[in-house]
Amino acid sequence: MENLIDIKAVRHSYRTASGPLPVLDGLELSVPEGGFVAVVGPSGCGKSTLTRLVAGLLIPDEGEVRVHGTRITAPRSNVGMAFQNPVLLEWRTILQNVLLPLEIVPTKLTKAQGEARARKLLALVGLEGFEGKRPSELSGGMKQRASLCRALIHSPEVLILDEPFGALDAFTREDLWQIMHRVKAEEPFTGVLITHDLRESIFLANQVVVLSGRPAKTQFVLDIPDTGPRTLDHLYTPEAATMLNTLRHQIEVAQGRAPAGAAA
Amino acid sequence: MKARQVYVPLIAVVVFLALWEALVWVMGWPNYKMASPSDLVPAYEKYWSLFLVMGWQTLWRTVVGLLLAVVFGIMLGMVMGFSRTMRDALYPLLVGFNAVPKATVVPIVALMFVGAHDFNTVLIAFIISFFPIAVSVSIGLSTLEPEYRDILRSLGASQSTIFWKIALPKTLPEFFGALKVSVTLAFIGTNLMEIVSPHGRGLGALFDSGKTNSDYPLMFAVLIALAFLGIVLYYVVVALEKVFAGWADRSV
Ligand SMILES: Nc1ncnc2c1ncn2[C@@H]1O[C@H](COP(=O)(O)OP(=O)(O)OP(=O)(O)O)[C@@H](O)[C@H]1O
Ligand SMILES: [Mg+2]
Repeated sequence: MENLIDIKAVRHSYRTASGPLPVLDGLELSVPEGGFVAVVGPSGCGKSTLTRLVAGLLIPDEGEVRVHGTRITAPRSNVGMAFQNPVLLEWRTILQNVLLPLEIVPTKLTKAQGEARARKLLALVGLEGFEGKRPSELSGGMKQRASLCRALIHSPEVLILDEPFGALDAFTREDLWQIMHRVKAEEPFTGVLITHDLRESIFLANQVVVLSGRPAKTQFVLDIPDTGPRTLDHLYTPEAATMLNTLRHQIEVAQGRAPAGAAA
Repeated sequence: MKARQVYVPLIAVVVFLALWEALVWVMGWPNYKMASPSDLVPAYEKYWSLFLVMGWQTLWRTVVGLLLAVVFGIMLGMVMGFSRTMRDALYPLLVGFNAVPKATVVPIVALMFVGAHDFNTVLIAFIISFFPIAVSVSIGLSTLEPEYRDILRSLGASQSTIFWKIALPKTLPEFFGALKVSVTLAFIGTNLMEIVSPHGRGLGALFDSGKTNSDYPLMFAVLIALAFLGIVLYYVVVALEKVFAGWADRSV
């Protein structure tokens, strides 16, 4: 199958005051068009670095990152990003915040069409009626939903989510998981989701990639079988328990707390 | 603006003047020790045209000096905000420059450009007031969370787009905070020069002539006029802040 994102044998070090810090070493990742890959791994292992590579914000020392077969050497306008920090602009309304990417990337949409699309996205995530509000008037979960709309407004080929739900409480997070499924059905995208929540990874993604500790390499890949529309109940099935156990064991290996091979 | 916001401060001013008048009356102070508000009225009546001319002199020179400080301060702040090396290089210089008491700089400048009175005054107003602006802009820019930058950079936005769309607006609240300090500083700078430089113009010179002629009510009248101009300038900045950075005000 043709992959939309292809990361091959990537090595990267940051130059720091105390010499080079190897962050990625032997990273492999492939995401087919329409795929949604969750990346988990120990804290500080290089997950955000991976997102910066895919976005073209960072060029790896070695190896290559390809999107649609083209090698990435600079930022391109075909990605959308959302982070743990929603980074909405306080001097703009929610609607204006969502429209921001259209002011930068070349677009075929007229102003009115862009606005209609923004309203549609906001309605899709349940923010109808909040278009004219300021970010500070929204709760954390609502801000994160607006940030998601902004990441999607220009119909990016790749959606990059770096722990977008990390700072939210458990209930709000589960709400947003379901919203993500709704969004994916309406606005298909190819996605990379960084997360430290294993339940989130198996609920949202169709593949979970476990990275080793720093310097990170691809340690383990788990395919999540497609069993039709997912509900939260799926997280409490024996199949889900098995997957979570496998992943938890892999994380312990990555953290160096368990020997590889031995099943949990 | 609600009526409340006008009459509450107005009442405060009236109360202040009444207390002042009462204090001078109770203590029985003569004019040369402390003039009372009622002594000031004749001073204004006698010299009202001078007050207008000199007040205008002081005002325009302060504003021009401040505008220069804004332009230069923003440029310096941008250089220091975007480049770490420039920040490390310029910061100690700036701090040292700012630490020199301006009362010592005033006579030097007055001698350096003797005769060029307008230029001198504008220069001092500028020198004394650009520091807070430069610091606030540089801090605002250098503390911009990287995610803000990344959101636009990942879309292929140029550095200047990032500056105009995010960095500059995000820095505006700090900028206006600094401008409120700077406007007062510029005003002080103008007056210092007007008092020190010979054959000066402006309210500072009027104050000086009050001193030479032992016209104490005139001196106090100048002080009040200065306070009034200072308040006006300050509130002009507040009004501008409301227009350009009103979004940062969470109190409403
Ligand atoms: N610009 C940089 N310069 C130097 N070191 C950096 C830089 N960015 C990240 N690092 C270091 O590289 C390592 C990997 O960082 P990265 O942010 O990719 O990790 P992460 O897996 O996203 O961590 P977290 O789980 O905390 O989000 C960390 O040790 C971090 O301190
Ligand atoms: Mg991270």
